[in-house]
Amino acid sequence: MNGRGLVAAAQASAGASAARQEVRIASRALEQGLHQTELSVPGVHCAGCIRTVEKGLSRIPGVEHVRVNLSTKRVSVKWRGDEPPDLLDALEKLGFPGHLTEADAGRKDPEFGRLIRALAVAGFSAMNIMLLSVSVWSGAEPTTRHVFHWISAALALLCLVYSGRIFFVSAWSALSRGRTNMDVPISIGVCLAFGLSLYDTIHNGPHAYFDAATALIFFLLIGRTLDHVMREKARTAVRGLARLAPRGATILRDDGGRDYLAVGEIEPGMRIMLAAGDRIPVDGVVTEGASDLDCALTSGESAPRRATPGSSVQAGTLNLTGPLTITASARAENSFLAEMVRLMEAAEGGRARYRRLADRAAALYSPVVHSVALLTFLGWMMATGEWHRAITVAIAVLIITCPCALGLAVPIVQVVAARRLFENGIMVKDGSAIERLAESDIAVFDKTGTLTLGRLQLVDGDAIAPRDLAIAARIASLSNHPVSKAIAAAAPPADAGLADTGLADVVEQPGVGIEARIGGNLYRLGRADWALAEAGQAHAEGTVLSRDGTLVARFAFEDTLRPQAREAIEVLREAGLRISILSGDAPGAVTAVALRLGIDDFDAGLLPAAKVGRLDDLASEGRKVLMVGDGLNDAPALAAAHVSIAPANAADIGRSAADFVFLRDSLVAVPTALAISREAGQIVRQNFALATAYNAIALPIAIAGYVTPLVAALAMSLSSVLVVANALRLKAGKNIPHATDPSRVRSVKGDIAVEPAQ
Amino acid sequence: MTSLIFLVPLALLLGGTALAAFLWSLKSGQYEDLDGAAERILLDEEEEDDQPSRK
Repeated sequence: MNGRGLVAAAQASAGASAARQEVRIASRALEQGLHQTELSVPGVHCAGCIRTVEKGLSRIPGVEHVRVNLSTKRVSVKWRGDEPPDLLDALEKLGFPGHLTEADAGRKDPEFGRLIRALAVAGFSAMNIMLLSVSVWSGAEPTTRHVFHWISAALALLCLVYSGRIFFVSAWSALSRGRTNMDVPISIGVCLAFGLSLYDTIHNGPHAYFDAATALIFFLLIGRTLDHVMREKARTAVRGLARLAPRGATILRDDGGRDYLAVGEIEPGMRIMLAAGDRIPVDGVVTEGASDLDCALTSGESAPRRATPGSSVQAGTLNLTGPLTITASARAENSFLAEMVRLMEAAEGGRARYRRLADRAAALYSPVVHSVALLTFLGWMMATGEWHRAITVAIAVLIITCPCALGLAVPIVQVVAARRLFENGIMVKDGSAIERLAESDIAVFDKTGTLTLGRLQLVDGDAIAPRDLAIAARIASLSNHPVSKAIAAAAPPADAGLADTGLADVVEQPGVGIEARIGGNLYRLGRADWALAEAGQAHAEGTVLSRDGTLVARFAFEDTLRPQAREAIEVLREAGLRISILSGDAPGAVTAVALRLGIDDFDAGLLPAAKVGRLDDLASEGRKVLMVGDGLNDAPALAAAHVSIAPANAADIGRSAADFVFLRDSLVAVPTALAISREAGQIVRQNFALATAYNAIALPIAIAGYVTPLVAALAMSLSSVLVVANALRLKAGKNIPHATDPSRVRSVKGDIAVEPAQ
Repeated sequence: MTSLIFLVPLALLLGGTALAAFLWSLKSGQYEDLDGAAERILLDEEEEDDQPSRK
């Protein structure tokens, strides 16, 4: 047709080869020229999908092995050769759009394997010892009892050395830093119980506590494994989201040739070619071309910024409409992105100071229990003078007050809460985040992309004549500019009068607008100073549609609010939180959104460091700040806040800095997460109360010396069951529609996955 | 008492075998993709090179 088609074709081919080169950079080299690439494919959900993807990808030359993992929704592809196969394009054609994930994402998680093996060994030992103990309790003959105690000792030693290691290592690392955690009293209790029982076994004593020691390890490992599984599931889901930062860029050599280099290899002075739709890899200056840049992620501005030769651009911004050539002005590690990472690292001190509830409880608990045990020993020594009897009773005190209930009290609640959050499409990174969220008393929101979707919407559609709007929409539908998309979306559904009107000579002028001929008239849609230039209004502002240089219609836009944003803010306010907005966008845009949401505490035009400064001020006032944000410019603030939440479409480092990531569009996720966290906090406190009440009853019995191994086993199981049952009562977040419908989560993930393909 | 001399070791041996079997299945990656394994039995022909063919 004209130049536009050629440009588009050239861009498409450049884009395709760049995508292939990205496959190479994202892959991991195996032996002898074999490469492995991991792709996230959110669309697979049945046997048919597995077969389509595996067969389809195996047909590509160079591909040696394809394996779909349905649980993680990933495809692992092994390929050979210098040129990577075009996997993304092939997946797109098969109907399963996918995106590259980190090459090491498919590797096994060593910590999980360690926990499961430890759990299996502990389970084996505990069950067999319990079996032998039952016959001892029911009155086995002394010789049989002696043999059974020896067998139990051997099994318990295996359990202690292999499975108990996990607690010992953690307890030791806490002690060597001069702190205590829950694992310290657990380790001391288990080791002393084992030592005393071994002594009694050698001296043919009637009581041995091997079953208590191993059962304790087994129960606590169950809690710990569940906790790990939940968090790993959340981490996998977050890692499966599309990566927004580019892995590499096409470099224009001085002799006119092109290379695709990884971002880390780009040196200042190199010329980088960017097609429309690419993200800018490093800071630079535009040397050729004109386009519009979407700065929503880097500065929080919702309106696109114009780029012409000479303008400087920041890494992370998205090139929207036209091809650009930029000259790099900084290496990747000195670019805007790296600057944000440095700010984040500097900001992270506050969160590291937070001590988990369980550790704070342990700090109170261990001195009390250990001194009670010591006093019991001294008391019995003075009363009877038998040191063996005194030690037996003192250790019985340690076992009966054993932190089984306390050790499970927090993690089991957090497992249940994390599961509930997961059902609501919210991923939580670790248990302490749930505790910190429950404490928060002020919610600070970013605007663009957080309170809003970062998508423009036509405001005055009703004021424009339907025919003019229809023409504008026809023209706008040919462009990728966010303003054009908004106009196209606002078009009346049926415009019969226009369906046969042909558009001719369509030219998109990057940075200014788009023009087309309809029946002899030249229509221009775009910036007013360009569209109305012939009418002598070169200084007009806004977006207009003009016919032969005269004004036809004016368009005004606003950013689309996230679904249910107003309700979410209302619920947060009722929950007692102060609401505030800190945005990098222009004051006008921020004021408009704040008014629509009824928020009177807002600030605009903030740089990333200024946002962190505001959070520091709030923290020094003693407030616990919940930060909700998505952009690169929010990442340092997300790291600095007491607790932070990011939407799934956030920048990569923002997602990794945040404690929670929500996968669905609706902002209701924030109050839901708060409600679940607060109820979890309440149940944890109940659990502590239960464990304390149990100790108050059991401790006198233990001090009086009435605890036999049978009583210890019963008391321990009973208190653990009580604590677990209480945790299962968590109600918050249960009655939300679609909450348990996995297909909904899937579809949302799918939306995100196809995003970068635009 | 005499029966216990072989019954207890036998019980432990059986338990130990089960434990070893579990650890082996864990190591050979049988729990990597539980959803996928459930669906894969519905696929008719297997031409995977890591699956031994029956005929």
